[in-house]
Amino acid sequence: MKIMTCPLNGPRPVSEFFYWGEVRPMPDPDTCTDAEWADYVFNRNGAPGVKREWWCHTPSNTWFIAERDTEKDVVLKTYFYQGDA
Amino acid sequence: MPWRLLRFALNRKHPEPRMFTHHDKLKSSYDVVIIGAGGHGLAAAYYLAAEHGVKNVCVLEKGYIGGGNTGRNTTIIRSNYLTPEGVKFYDESVNLWQDLSRDFDLNLFYANRGHFTLAHTDAAVRTMRWRAEVNKHYGVDSEVVGPEAVKEAAPMIDLSCAGHAPILGALYHAPGSVARHDAVAWGYGRGADQRGVEIHQQTEVLGIDVQGGKVKGVNTSRGYISTNKVLCAVAGSTPRILKMVDVRTPIYIHPLQAMVSEPVKPWLDPILVSGSLHVYISQSARGELVMGASLDPYELHATRSTLDFVEGLTSHMLDMFPFLSNVKVMRQWAGMADMTPDFAPIMGKTPVEGFYLDSGWGTWGFKATPVCGKTMAHTLVNDTPHPLITGFSLDRFSHYALTGEKGAASVGH
Ligand SMILES: Cc1cc2nc3c(=O)[nH]c(=O)nc-3n(C[C@H](O)[C@H](O)[C@H](O)COP(=O)(O)OP(=O)(O)OC[C@H]3O[C@@H](n4cnc5c(N)ncnc54)[C@H](O)[C@@H]3O)c2cc1C
Repeated sequence: MKIMTCPLNGPRPVSEFFYWGEVRPMPDPDTCTDAEWADYVFNRNGAPGVKREWWCHTPSNTWFIAERDTEKDVVLKTYFYQGDA
Repeated sequence: MPWRLLRFALNRKHPEPRMFTHHDKLKSSYDVVIIGAGGHGLAAAYYLAAEHGVKNVCVLEKGYIGGGNTGRNTTIIRSNYLTPEGVKFYDESVNLWQDLSRDFDLNLFYANRGHFTLAHTDAAVRTMRWRAEVNKHYGVDSEVVGPEAVKEAAPMIDLSCAGHAPILGALYHAPGSVARHDAVAWGYGRGADQRGVEIHQQTEVLGIDVQGGKVKGVNTSRGYISTNKVLCAVAGSTPRILKMVDVRTPIYIHPLQAMVSEPVKPWLDPILVSGSLHVYISQSARGELVMGASLDPYELHATRSTLDFVEGLTSHMLDMFPFLSNVKVMRQWAGMADMTPDFAPIMGKTPVEGFYLDSGWGTWGFKATPVCGKTMAHTLVNDTPHPLITGFSLDRFSHYALTGEKGAASVGH
């Protein structure tokens, strides 16, 4: 089984984690156009590569960032969100 | 027939190409270039040549014919969807399927079995009623039935599902069928080949030449081809091709896994799907139990399979059919599913002139192979979307006008 390292709980089986997609900057809903907002809501960077993603360790409800190669399925780094996005 | 076979076996040269002509060289230009020799790409080529007389067409395939999701799916064919756009579209596909073996002169093992979507909660029963009403309105054979009808069709089932998920009823769809997946790709491929289309295997598209917003050509692992029209029919590789033309879409990739058991005597005629237990099952003509579940939980561009999947699927399958506990799992595999947020496909024109998409087929596109070929051929020739696919256009997302098909497509592929 694949192991993922939670920044709080250390290495745990990947089945304990929940994936919540790529980290994406949100445009300001008050100033952006409808088209920009639709792009943010629906469109995704679907191509493979190294991505920064939101993950959660569900038993402890710990949200954090993982850098993962989505073609090789290798987790390169996990760390707490630093506020940049 | 046996004579011909014997003569063929004794002949040292084996002169007949089994299904397709092999072409040593690519031409320098084609009227249409199709990327991907899965069922969809080959069907589009077939209808371009057969119905529109467009024969200067090539289909480029980086691997081998049908080696993508076409050869990895669990072959469920049905039209009991939720949206009017979906029901009309898939119903046309089911109509085409029924004549396909005859059209190709090739046995597709199209087997009409009947299809039950089991409901274990009141909410599920409500969705089934909704689907049945939409289906009937468009003339599709579909009805809500009680648990006794399920028991009659599959006597080995435990209706209480080990006590934790009693079956309250089901959506029954008599036209539900299965077919031999490879044969579909071969049938369309041979038909296209006989009409002059060139199929090039082991030929990967590496880039698309776009100038002034228009397609001018395609870069391949075997050289450059000029063309004004490209059809992208690559399922799980769609985002990689979209990156080449710089078109943004909601498509994201998750693996979908499936498995088969060792062959056993025929005991299961219909196809059974349980949305609540996240599993489905049918029995193939060879006696294997073909089983699947819902998507893998995170994005991945690879076709590895996992033990988690087998454990989760078998434990729920045993809730439904406890007597299978001694049956062995024989093979498991995965395909890359090109998912959309509303579980409807993305088909038709794009912001790049001459670049057409047949994508977003996720976990449900095998059944649509014939109708996709037909409607995409029409769309390419007329440069306007076929009336059956207007609800699936890429620009629906910029208008917040989704085609919500999730209630009919998330587990029951
Ligand atoms: C496990 C599983 C079960 C499924 N079950 C069902 C089901 O029961 N019913 C149903 O209706 N659907 C089902 N599906 C979905 C269905 O399999 C697909 O939607 C459908 O087969 C897609 O066909 P296609 O021809 O578009 O793509 P594919 O068959 O994937 O063909 C695309 C081809 O493009 C090629 N390609 C990719 N990139 C390039 C490139 N750069 N250059 C050249 N060639 C390239 C690939 O090698 C591939 O052969 C299932 C899918 C999976 C994975």
